Amino acid sequence: MDLSYSDKELAFREEVRAFLKAELPSDLSDKVRAGATLSKQDHDRWHAILHARGWLAINWPKTFGGAEWNAVQRHIFEEECARAYAPRVVPFGLTMLGPVLQKFGSKEQQDHWLPRILNGADWWCQGYSEPGAGSDLASLKTSAVHDGDHYVVNGQKTWTTLGQYANMIFCLVRTDPGVKQQEGISFLLIDMETPGIKVRPIILLDGSAEVNEVWFTDVRVPVENLVGEENQGWTYAKYLLTHERTNIAGTGFSAAGLDALKRIARAEVAGGRPLIENPLFAARIARVEIELMAMEITNLRMISKAASGQAPGVESSMLKVKGTIIRQEINDLTRRAVGPYAMPFVSEAIEGDNAGIGPDYARPVARQYFNNRKISIYGGSNEIQREIIAKTAMRGQTG
Amino acid sequence: MNFELTEERRMLQDSLRRFLADKYTTQVRNQILDSTAGLSATIWSQMADLGVIGALLGEDKGGFGGTGFDITTVFEELGRAGVVEPFLDTAILGAGLIAELGTDDHAGILEDVMAGSVHLAFAHGEPTSRYDLNIVATTAQNRGDHYVLNGRKSVVVNAEAADHLVVSARTSGDVDDQNGILLFLVPSDADGLELNGYPLISGGRAAEIVMDGLVLPQDALLGSEGNGFDAIEKCVAMANVALIAEALGAMETAARLTLDYLGTRTQFGRPIGSFQVLAHRMADVFIELKQARSAVILAAGHLEADRVTRERHVSAAKHLIGRVGKLVAEESIQMHGGIAMTQEYELAHIAKRIVMIDHRFGDTDHHLERFIALGADQLAGRSGTAATTA
Repeated sequence: MDLSYSDKELAFREEVRAFLKAELPSDLSDKVRAGATLSKQDHDRWHAILHARGWLAINWPKTFGGAEWNAVQRHIFEEECARAYAPRVVPFGLTMLGPVLQKFGSKEQQDHWLPRILNGADWWCQGYSEPGAGSDLASLKTSAVHDGDHYVVNGQKTWTTLGQYANMIFCLVRTDPGVKQQEGISFLLIDMETPGIKVRPIILLDGSAEVNEVWFTDVRVPVENLVGEENQGWTYAKYLLTHERTNIAGTGFSAAGLDALKRIARAEVAGGRPLIENPLFAARIARVEIELMAMEITNLRMISKAASGQAPGVESSMLKVKGTIIRQEINDLTRRAVGPYAMPFVSEAIEGDNAGIGPDYARPVARQYFNNRKISIYGGSNEIQREIIAKTAMRGQTG
Repeated sequence: MNFELTEERRMLQDSLRRFLADKYTTQVRNQILDSTAGLSATIWSQMADLGVIGALLGEDKGGFGGTGFDITTVFEELGRAGVVEPFLDTAILGAGLIAELGTDDHAGILEDVMAGSVHLAFAHGEPTSRYDLNIVATTAQNRGDHYVLNGRKSVVVNAEAADHLVVSARTSGDVDDQNGILLFLVPSDADGLELNGYPLISGGRAAEIVMDGLVLPQDALLGSEGNGFDAIEKCVAMANVALIAEALGAMETAARLTLDYLGTRTQFGRPIGSFQVLAHRMADVFIELKQARSAVILAAGHLEADRVTRERHVSAAKHLIGRVGKLVAEESIQMHGGIAMTQEYELAHIAKRIVMIDHRFGDTDHHLERFIALGADQLAGRSGTAATTA
């Protein structure tokens, strides 16, 4: 047992910190810290800075222009980025589609699409979820019918994150309705400019507009945009999901959130003394901090297993459940910490006019609390994850 | 033992429930939420005609209710329908304080409030007072024939729509003294009063208020010098009883919507409610709701008791409702999945109201500490005004 990072890993962490200090624009980190919505330009800017340093595709092999970092390096990088309030790298092209194309795509597809992900020419979004499908992904209904050189796509996708910025969408479509649910699905790449595609924003309960519904009406997609083989899409989808679940514990976000919570609890006064000295509140913070300390080791244990070449299995489900509970608890405590100033709704549109409504740190916290209710729902809800854990446990395969 | 509502209250409950089910639809509510007024004047006057405001005031003030169970009967229905109109601010707090401290001169205002033609707001909380009712930094200087007020008030709900504000200020004592706090009736268009309004997350509007050399005549003082705190504590107890009843009604709506959803939404070929993990969690929600209703009944039944008994029951209930409210709101969203995250679905609004009730007049932790402190007082035989803060 050695709980410390190696000298090499510590040096890497220093290198990452120095890079963030020098290259992360302060107006971007200010926006992230304040919980403001990032524009497409904001995302593109950070994307380009990372690309210039060669640190954009941290999970890709070098042959495709990636950094080819191991799991420990990726963890350190993501943790430092979260702590520095760097924008989140939009994952759809880089951590979802990229690995699928590298493993299952044709040479032509790899040569065309992968460089465009790196240089920002394409903004990808995900066409998995459908109304009525949700966590039961395999019940999806959007159809693609072969017609000469094209597939003709009809149906509806939903919860398409940042689809309003995207020019490309990767979709799961049903190409054979006559077989078992999982067997008739294909993986298609679709240009959002194609006639017959309509995008409508879904306003979330915190007032944000980050997800969308996407409709397809007789959308003609060239057959060369099929990834892998027809009707084998479920295999690729599952492969993608294992990549979606990297950094699933979100310990960096929790650590940054805990720092912010403590800062706020020191600034707030309750009953004549700092809130952080209030025994009840201090106990609540301590409890979640203790959970997070253990979680960081749990995460590192999984990462070190992955770094030694073992595929993450049920562990990623465990990390998702515990990681989201901890993040949501920190969001909840932060909301409580600001007292009555959690009540104002200060939207982006009126933020400028409403400086002076309580302390600056109070403004985003209730919105973040409500918005982050989603993290235990999306990407396979916590209930689905628990099913996976339980089934594996029943087979005696948890370690 | 009799836990039935009286005939009059049941009639009020029925007519209010019917009215709101007909008129306060999701579509209507969403229009009100999007409006810059933050409330519907039409709904307000129709509900005043129904006697909703009169039911919240005692007979000696021209109303026909005003007890704990009158308040819970009305507010449970307001919560059930997710009403954002400021009955709490105008009728319980504003009118309650005027009724408590005012003279015959103020009877006209109360009549107008009951008729639905006057709005009120209670400007008490300050940027650093959090949930402590005794912290008042705003000063009132007695200049013989007039007072001069200076200070700031924060998150004053319904301030912009209010015709009059009930404003707290102190003439003496340290910033956290219970003694020395006075209440003034201030016209909202008074010189020296500046309002900065904004919408609230759970609907409705509030404002930050700055008073800079606000001059008030002698007769703006409500009651006499020095008795402000007791009246504030009493009316805030009424407000907390209203809030817990509202939360109860809202939680029942959240539970009903969730139950419906579990029965209709299918995944993996069957209704999701047939999955035992969800069915058991729904059962926990119903168990907690039973407890929540008992806590509301208990607090409402002790609203007219002596101070420490009253306050202990209020804090007990606000603590329990804060805990159960978070559970019900979060479980309802989780069991619904993505749909509950969307603004236009009714549950989103209901969940926000439940959670935000914890931020008015003391959250679950604040009231737990207060419950402990008041219990220690009771044991020590202190029934005075100690232990009002956590």
